[in-house]
Amino acid sequence: MNNFKVLFNGIVKENPTFVLLLGMCPTLGTTSSAINGMSMGLATMFVLLCSNIVVSLIKNIVPDMVRIPVFVVVIASFVTILQMVMQAYLPALYQQLGLFIPLIVVNCILLGRAEAFAAKNNVLPSMMDGIGMGLGFTLALTLLGAVRELLGTGKVFNLTLWGENYGMLVFVLAPGAFIVLGYLIAAVNKMKKAS
Amino acid sequence: MEYLLIFITAIFVNNIVLSQFLGICPFLGVSKKIETAIGMSAAVAFVLVLATIVTYLLQKFVLDAFGLAYLQTIAFILVIAALVQMVEIILKKVSPALYQALGVFLPLITTNCCILGVTILVIQNDYDLLTGVVFAFATALGFGLALVLFAGLREQLEMSDVPKGMTGMSIALVTAGLLAMAFMGFSGVDKGLASALGIG
Repeated sequence: MNNFKVLFNGIVKENPTFVLLLGMCPTLGTTSSAINGMSMGLATMFVLLCSNIVVSLIKNIVPDMVRIPVFVVVIASFVTILQMVMQAYLPALYQQLGLFIPLIVVNCILLGRAEAFAAKNNVLPSMMDGIGMGLGFTLALTLLGAVRELLGTGKVFNLTLWGENYGMLVFVLAPGAFIVLGYLIAAVNKMKKAS
Repeated sequence: MEYLLIFITAIFVNNIVLSQFLGICPFLGVSKKIETAIGMSAAVAFVLVLATIVTYLLQKFVLDAFGLAYLQTIAFILVIAALVQMVEIILKKVSPALYQALGVFLPLITTNCCILGVTILVIQNDYDLLTGVVFAFATALGFGLALVLFAGLREQLEMSDVPKGMTGMSIALVTAGLLAMAFMGFSGVDKGLASALGIG
């Protein structure tokens, strides 16, 4: 039961993007379409899940003084694995997300969860936290990507909802990322107050 | 002349924050006052140029030489973290005044993705060392420009009447979007400049 609470905590109450405002660079940089946002979210979730598991396993062996560098190395190792797997099996997607895949290393969500949760809890809750936070991040990125894609090109997940003629290109470009996220955060704030 | 093109492009056309989306965390986090924004930009410029030189040498003489290119991500982040620590220690000893000004920002820089991002970009774009340094410095200037402009806007925002649900980060992001839109006006300048200078 408690584990489920941890899971939902990451998705809704402490959503990393809308509530904690962590990991803003990939959030803005990779959400030009819904599918890109979702891929980035899933990639981050994979690294987060693995690093949370490993950190919770080694938390008693690692001396306190060097724990941050150790966590960083754990995260960087999984990012390297992810890079290799993506290069081998999903080269097109890897090309599209580009620099943001290696930059998962410096995503504050990962180090933040390792430090704030996995270093203090056992494997199972840490796993749940990884999945919950990862899903929260993925959902947020997918939503942001979908809104931008819809306003920019009139499509969602490449399904045409209305013609391209009504698309406002600016929403796919850089300024749209900031503006859409700003309004989404306002909407989430409003919903939180109402409930 | 090529350096001039890289310089202008990195500052205005491909601004690291407003069009590449790197370094958003400090951009949103330390932009409430112009003074802190300037301090942060100076610290980033300092570390970014140093990190570019060190990681470039590491890549060419260690990783490439021994066929370890796949260790790039791990090696770079460790080098950057160690470098930031060293800069902090040295600065404390050598120039307490400079340490006073930049000290608080230094620990934050390790997780600033524009450092790791730019060092990887320099390798990806196959720059030589001097070009890489010019690129890094110009990128840092672009970061500083965006940060200081944004801090100025946010200082004004403090005094204006914002709709209730949009206070805080929400209105800041919309403002950043408008700033990014202004910077879009520079798009194409790089191509014009390149043809004016007779490159490419």
